[in-house]
Amino acid sequence: MSETPLLRVEGLAKRYGALKAVDGVSFDLWPGEVLAVVGESGSGKSTLLGCVAGLAESDAGSISYDSRHDGIVDLRALSEARRRWLLRTEWGYVHQNPRDGLRLGITAGGNIGERLMAVGARHYGRIREEAQEWLERVEIEAPRIDHLPRTFSGGMQQRLQIARNLVSRPRLIFMDEPTGGLDVSVQARLLDLMRTLVTELQLSVIIVTHDLAVARLLSHRMMVMQRGRVVEAGLTDQILDDPQHSYSQLLVASILQG
Amino acid sequence: MSAATNIDGGGTLAGYNFAYLDEQTKRMIRRALLKAVAIPGYQVPFASRDMPLPYGWGTGGIQVTAACIGQEDVLKVIDQGADDTTNAVSIRRFFATTAGVATTERTVEASIIQTRHRIPEKPLTEGQILVYQVPIPEPLRFLEPRERETRKLHALADYGVMHVRLYEDIARLGRIATSYSYPVLVNDRYVMSPSPIPKFDNPKMHMNPALQLFGAGREKRIYAIPPFTKVVSLDFEDHPFEIQKWDEPCAICGATGSYLDEVVTDDAGNRMFCCSDTDHCAERVAAGEGPGAGESR
Repeated sequence: MSETPLLRVEGLAKRYGALKAVDGVSFDLWPGEVLAVVGESGSGKSTLLGCVAGLAESDAGSISYDSRHDGIVDLRALSEARRRWLLRTEWGYVHQNPRDGLRLGITAGGNIGERLMAVGARHYGRIREEAQEWLERVEIEAPRIDHLPRTFSGGMQQRLQIARNLVSRPRLIFMDEPTGGLDVSVQARLLDLMRTLVTELQLSVIIVTHDLAVARLLSHRMMVMQRGRVVEAGLTDQILDDPQHSYSQLLVASILQG
Repeated sequence: MSAATNIDGGGTLAGYNFAYLDEQTKRMIRRALLKAVAIPGYQVPFASRDMPLPYGWGTGGIQVTAACIGQEDVLKVIDQGADDTTNAVSIRRFFATTAGVATTERTVEASIIQTRHRIPEKPLTEGQILVYQVPIPEPLRFLEPRERETRKLHALADYGVMHVRLYEDIARLGRIATSYSYPVLVNDRYVMSPSPIPKFDNPKMHMNPALQLFGAGREKRIYAIPPFTKVVSLDFEDHPFEIQKWDEPCAICGATGSYLDEVVTDDAGNRMFCCSDTDHCAERVAAGEGPGAGESR
């Protein structure tokens, strides 16, 4: 592991009127690390993710990111042009609903190729080759490259969305409930795939989920959020096996035992 | 209504200002035009007025022409390259009545040419103004329906999605099938829709000595390409930009290098191909060219 964290968040806050959606959250994310943010609906997990990824404006705090070319940058002070550039080169954002992250009227190949074209790829053959390769890696059959995503099943759409994000070789992926809305067997397959890709590509990931099983399978570290605050943070196994905060205890206790 | 009773001593319609629009409106349009010329390819919003013809018939072009035209100007109006179609005839007559300017069907004689769908075949010269009637000025519109978002994409020059459109063409049809309103990059900065001209005419916009003005009345946008500006049609390295080609020459004048219209001639499925630019065609016929007269171009 390197000397500096990839991402350092300090005292991040976001209000919606009187409501403190995110209230003074701080954490470090190291290269190659998977951090899970768990908590019930409305605890501020998704808002936190949106603020860090620059999709929503935050009100206070600092977010510094160690970028490939410019060294450490302050994301809150970064121009929108640079932030969008990061978002389509060094980052990826996997939405809960693949329809938010895909262009449904564009073929699977076009969806994967968009990022490449956005950073200047102008050779159709090579763009297509790369799209083909990524389809294979996310286990979608090659002939479906010219099909529209709306003809895909929910699990395939989600895998396509992941491929579309990974094609630009990002270092940091934001995931917002990537397995939500999928049935259990599809979930298991997707989780398996994500774990393989994360290890192979040495990705750093922040994954927001309310599903503790997802957190246990994928993440190294975990943060438990309640009403906009982090109530407990630490190694995933540690928190799940020996939760300290009463709310974490409640979460762990509420898992259905098979 | 007889025209004679309504025309005052100056040769224009009584009660109306020169070229129909009032001077304040013309000034407003000229300010937008100046900004458009200063930032080639950038869409300048303007307060488009109601005109005495329906949207889609050239309200944007007519306002731009009205703001530019002077008493000395000679106006030519074409619709699909033809001078004698309804729209072209009525717009030409509109300015003859409201501004009393001379009109022509000859490209070389015109100082202002208002056009829908075509750039004349005869190369334009310095000092001429080409006014386009534009239905949908936003090249990103079909990919991104939100105006807020398309403006942001233009501001940040975030044009990856434009190539996605061309990618889709090749993926589905094996080639770039977009044949009109083919997107261009103007002056290495703004992606622009050249209105519905066929891509055959795209290369003519590049380094053209004439001033090119685009008016979209319904969408309330004006944009421009100043003379001698770089205009590049978007493409892929392995699928370069190409213009349309025809297997046969024009059936009337025998031209091979001009844009041809396919005309159905009877109920038996017979058809012919002839120049869409009627002035160009007529000139060649007058000069003794034709299918029987041998080939010159």
